[in-house]
Amino acid sequence: MARARTGVRAIGALLAAVLGASLAGCSSTGGKRAEDARKAQTAAGKAAVNTPRWTFAMVTHSGDGDTFWDIVQNGAEQAAVKDNINFLYSHSDEGQQQAQLVQAAIDKKVNGLIVSLAKPDAMKDVIARAEKAGIPVITVNSGSEQSKAYGALTHIGQDETIAGEAVGDELDKRGKKKALCVLHEQGNVGHEQRCAGVKKAFGGQLQNLYVDGTNMPDVQASIEAKLQSDRSIDSVVTLGAPFADAAVQAKRTAESKAEIDTFDLNAKVATALTAGTLGFAVDQQPYLQGYQAVDLLWLYKYNADVLGGGRPVLTGPQIISQKDAAELRIYTERGTR
Amino acid sequence: MSTTAPPATPDRTPDRATDERLLRTSPLRRLMGRPELGSVVGAVAVFIFFSIIADSFLQASSLSTVMYAASTLGIMAVPVALLMIGGEFDLSAGVLVTSSALISSMVSYQMTANVWAGIFVSLLVTLAVGVFNGFMLTRTKLPSFIITLGTFLMLTGLNLGFTKLISGTVSTKSIGDMEGFASAKKVFASELTLGDVTLKVTILWWFVLVALATWILLRTRFGNWIFAVGGGADAARAVGVPVNKTKIGLYMGVAFAAWVSGQHLLFSFDVVQSGEGVGNELTYIIAAVIGGCLITGGYGSAIGSAVGAFIFGMTSKGIVYAEWNPDWFKFFLGAMLLLATLLNAWVRKRAEASK
Repeated sequence: MARARTGVRAIGALLAAVLGASLAGCSSTGGKRAEDARKAQTAAGKAAVNTPRWTFAMVTHSGDGDTFWDIVQNGAEQAAVKDNINFLYSHSDEGQQQAQLVQAAIDKKVNGLIVSLAKPDAMKDVIARAEKAGIPVITVNSGSEQSKAYGALTHIGQDETIAGEAVGDELDKRGKKKALCVLHEQGNVGHEQRCAGVKKAFGGQLQNLYVDGTNMPDVQASIEAKLQSDRSIDSVVTLGAPFADAAVQAKRTAESKAEIDTFDLNAKVATALTAGTLGFAVDQQPYLQGYQAVDLLWLYKYNADVLGGGRPVLTGPQIISQKDAAELRIYTERGTR
Repeated sequence: MSTTAPPATPDRTPDRATDERLLRTSPLRRLMGRPELGSVVGAVAVFIFFSIIADSFLQASSLSTVMYAASTLGIMAVPVALLMIGGEFDLSAGVLVTSSALISSMVSYQMTANVWAGIFVSLLVTLAVGVFNGFMLTRTKLPSFIITLGTFLMLTGLNLGFTKLISGTVSTKSIGDMEGFASAKKVFASELTLGDVTLKVTILWWFVLVALATWILLRTRFGNWIFAVGGGADAARAVGVPVNKTKIGLYMGVAFAAWVSGQHLLFSFDVVQSGEGVGNELTYIIAAVIGGCLITGGYGSAIGSAVGAFIFGMTSKGIVYAEWNPDWFKFFLGAMLLLATLLNAWVRKRAEASK
């Protein structure tokens, strides 16, 4: 009994110490206060229309805690507030699970569906079922080839091959001769297409390097080993913003001269672009993908409007270099770019 | 067992009054002693919870979606439960499902053979992986955790490596227009539509497997061996139970179910992604544990694994019907696992105390 009481006392003392320390040591830069100041600049939340409160569901192939999809969701939620939409989001990186989640949305009798088609074959039947139930479907991000065949209204996203080619052209423009394409998710068709696109447009040599994206230290070590073993590599292309940072670290430890370039954007990438540690980023504007998907569904429900004329609506690629990065950094910090 | 003892040894006749093995137990008592009782209580609780929270949960169409989700997991949870009763793990079960689908698809496509040929080859190879797991385990005497972890990593690599080598991409090519596809789809991935309710054939497979496993566990000699090797392998060997054969058999059971699940994946989607299935092995184990299997072996049931899978299906889809933020899904899953296991332990203690 006495021992238990000392335990409680010790925990109490510890808590008091933590609280005291956090109150005493205020930071005059960054942190929550700076974030709140930034938040004041974001769009306020109030419906701008008086259409009925429809329910739209978005089901993506995102894994847990994915930064990219977080931005897509932000865009979708912003549009949902404006359009008076009840917005539901769910995701799974297993095709079968994703199909079940779409089925669950159909069971709920939602008024519109937004689906990403990274695993198109797994989604085929369930999307047909949605259309049979009279639910309009818009596809986002991946699946531009299948979208129309499956009967979706429109596809919003970036063509991965075109994006890859844009990177290849940019590498040529910068006079690169030997590039490394870092794939962080083995088995992702879109990633393969990106690297194939780079290879197609790039005049120099391109090698693929597979790394385990769920394990950052491993990503860094793999890139490091590659840069150490091949000194002639003069550019590294990563396929996701978080991996650009790992590549920068790897370059430093391997003492390589390679330029690091990346697909996608985040606050760190924007900062690194401004500082010049990254060459360029190619963005597909995830915020726009989420925002447009909800907005176009609303337009369809309200006015039977369809955008794109039966072709995908492209949100990228947009090459971002040092001069554009400063402005975008503010937007990346609030989670919209 | 004959109840009349041989007259030569009258002193060996068990006395009905004092021998606890021959005591007549009341049906309620017997129910209290079942491994799956705790999970059934849990399942009812989860069901009532989501019925109240999510208004679309009780629709027939929603329940059929829940059943489908439960069945895809349940088919694998049954043999995994049996294996755990036998005191072993299989961490390669998740990727083995993907392997099995990949083999069927690629053999059929590359050989331009009837799809059934690919299915058959896939069955042989998948069973061989099961035999390999069991054989390595019994030969090396290493813990099954290590052996199957090795198999898991090797299969993950083989799935991707072979697919890329043969198909040139990370997913297989479509076999939807080949001979035998339609009939195989009927067997592994057909659905029965009644009004707005779609019942998938996996639910039937699941029920059949549960019934079969329950019969094996409770009514056959092999079932006794499973409990024996899980309870204590050395003691079991001493009384003449073929421990190695039993364990290899159990791994083959897991392989068979992985083959069924893999064919379902292939024939419902017609194309297989090579990187999938990682992490599912833990889900199967969770379903078995929620259903009352002990991690240490020697205790559990097949029906329990089905209830565990059903709880899992209800939770994963119930969160969607309840319109909750999916970020918290894993948290609820973990909390539920703990609660269910605690409930199991409590029910079991009560049951043993009341004997």
